[in-house]
Formats: sequence, C-alpha cells, structure tokens
Amino acid sequence: MRKLYFEDFPVGPVVESDTYAVTREEIVAFASQYDPQDFHLDDEAARDTPFGGLCASGWHVCAIAMRLMCDSYLNASESMGSPGLEKVRWLRPVRPGDVVTLRTTCLAARVSKSRPDMGICTFLWELLDAVGSPVCTIEGAQLMAVRGAVRGAVRGAPLS
Amino acid sequence: MKFFEEWRAGDRVELGSADFPAGDIVAFASRYDTQYFHVDAERAKHSLLGGLSASGWQTCAKFMRLFVDWSERHKAECAARGEPAGRIGPSPGLDDIAWPRPVHAGDTVHYSMTVVETRPLRSKPGWGLVRFRAEGINQHGDRVLSLIDNVFVARRQQGGQEQ
Repeated sequence: MRKLYFEDFPVGPVVESDTYAVTREEIVAFASQYDPQDFHLDDEAARDTPFGGLCASGWHVCAIAMRLMCDSYLNASESMGSPGLEKVRWLRPVRPGDVVTLRTTCLAARVSKSRPDMGICTFLWELLDAVGSPVCTIEGAQLMAVRGAVRGAVRGAPLS
Repeated sequence: MKFFEEWRAGDRVELGSADFPAGDIVAFASRYDTQYFHVDAERAKHSLLGGLSASGWQTCAKFMRLFVDWSERHKAECAARGEPAGRIGPSPGLDDIAWPRPVHAGDTVHYSMTVVETRPLRSKPGWGLVRFRAEGINQHGDRVLSLIDNVFVARRQQGGQEQ
C-alpha cells in the first residue's frame, strides 16, 4: 500500500475516522487502572459530582483519539512521531454508549530547516460526538517524512 | 487532594515511580496506539525510538494513576486527623505536553508535580484553578514527560468539604 508522506498533508481537512463506541466496561477498565476517581468508576458516586453520571477519564478520551489517529491515517503514513502537543481541551463528558469519531485537520505545514527529510505539521484533532459536536480537541505537532529525502536519522535521538 | 487555598506557586509533590514492562507497553498500545514501535519489539529496534517504547499517552496515564493515588493517601491522612480533605473537579485540559525522550521497555519513570499558578475563578465560586507542571524523569535522569495539568480544586468554603 502506498504510504503517505509530508506532501500528502497540505493545509486543510485531512480525514474523518470510522466510529468508536465507548462502552461502560471500557470506561471502568481504563479508569480502574489509570484514573480511579469515583466519577469514572461508579454511576452512584458520579451523580453528586459536577459530571452528574459516569463518564470516561479525560486521559482515556485522549487514548481513544490516538487509536482513531492510528486507524484513520497515522499507520498508513511515514510519521516521525510528535515532540509534543500544545493543548488538549476536554469540552464535554464522554459517557457509556457514546459513539465518537475523529476529525483531523492540518493547520500549518513546513519542512524542518535543520532536517530537510522531516516535515512539521500542526494538526487539530477533534473527537466528535454522534451529532458532530466536539467533545475533546487536541492541537499539536505531527512530524512526517518528506518523500524522496535522504534518510539521515540518528536512532534514539530526541527530535527537534 | 488539598484545598485550593493550600496551594502556592512552587509547591512540589513527589508522586513516586512507575515501571514500564514490555507487556504493559504492548497491552496499552495494542488498544490505543498501534504504531509499530509501541507493539512490535523486533521492528521497533530499527525505528527512530531505538526500541520498543511506551505510547506517550501511557506515559501520561501512569502519571494520572500516581496523582490519584497521592490524592487518596492525602485524603486518608486528613481523615486520620479528623480533618476534611479537598477534591478535584473536571479538568478543562492540558497545555504544553512534551515527550522529549522515549520510554523504553524496562524503564522506570519517577513523576512529580509542581504548582505553576493558582487562580481563583469568579465563574465557579466553589472552585479555583491550580496549574501544575507534571514531569516524568527516567532512571537515567532524562526527562521523558512534561505537561501542564489544569485542575479545578475545591475551595475550603462552599462545597469544599468531603461528606
């Protein structure tokens, strides 16, 4: 399968993912391991909190977005990873039974000055609910290999 | 969790360490971050990351687990003294997440949080915003995670007390 490179990600819409159904079991399993606050584990306990009912850990929501990134474009691309993200916003709770999709948009793209084999994109990732409203947004760097460039990467070195 | 009024810029909390065995890394990544360098040890050797490495989101998730554990310990210590403990509310999100170096299978990461800023909230009278810089440092002393966690923390008056 033809891999996607930096040149395949111009500024503008990139892709919308398939759907991901968020189950109660998955919410509780993730929270039990990584974010065991009662509003992520138990409906009764969650009722008296600002959430009003069981909802997914924000970190779990990001992990779901990451899975949808992988499925919708990342694993089909020559990604060089991400040194980091500028911002994550958890806009609305994600509840058992919610069905979400990920919309990826390229906001900016340039070739690295110090590494001409590497393109630096700024992406906006929006996790959308069933009616297309964002429940979580993520903005940050997506590094992509430039097609045809000489690969000079040093293994294990930090990216800049 | 402490009350909003108890936090000052510069306050630091040591959260403890988390291990990253290969099995943990692959289990998380198989579900949430299926890039090959997080799931395939053999192929990962030839990647930019130099070996099987944890998803950046797992590096974050293990921080959160240690934060919640710390909060629960603090609550138990307050209860033992007969004092109320604060609580955290929904977080609006995170800023400036950086993963400067990979977390390799077998690494141990020590996490800490330092208060960057506290801000009362006029829009939410029972709550204040505390911005923490969370950091993860591996066993070699390399930073593997840095992020700003924006946390709504209950104020001591109005709804700040545990039942």
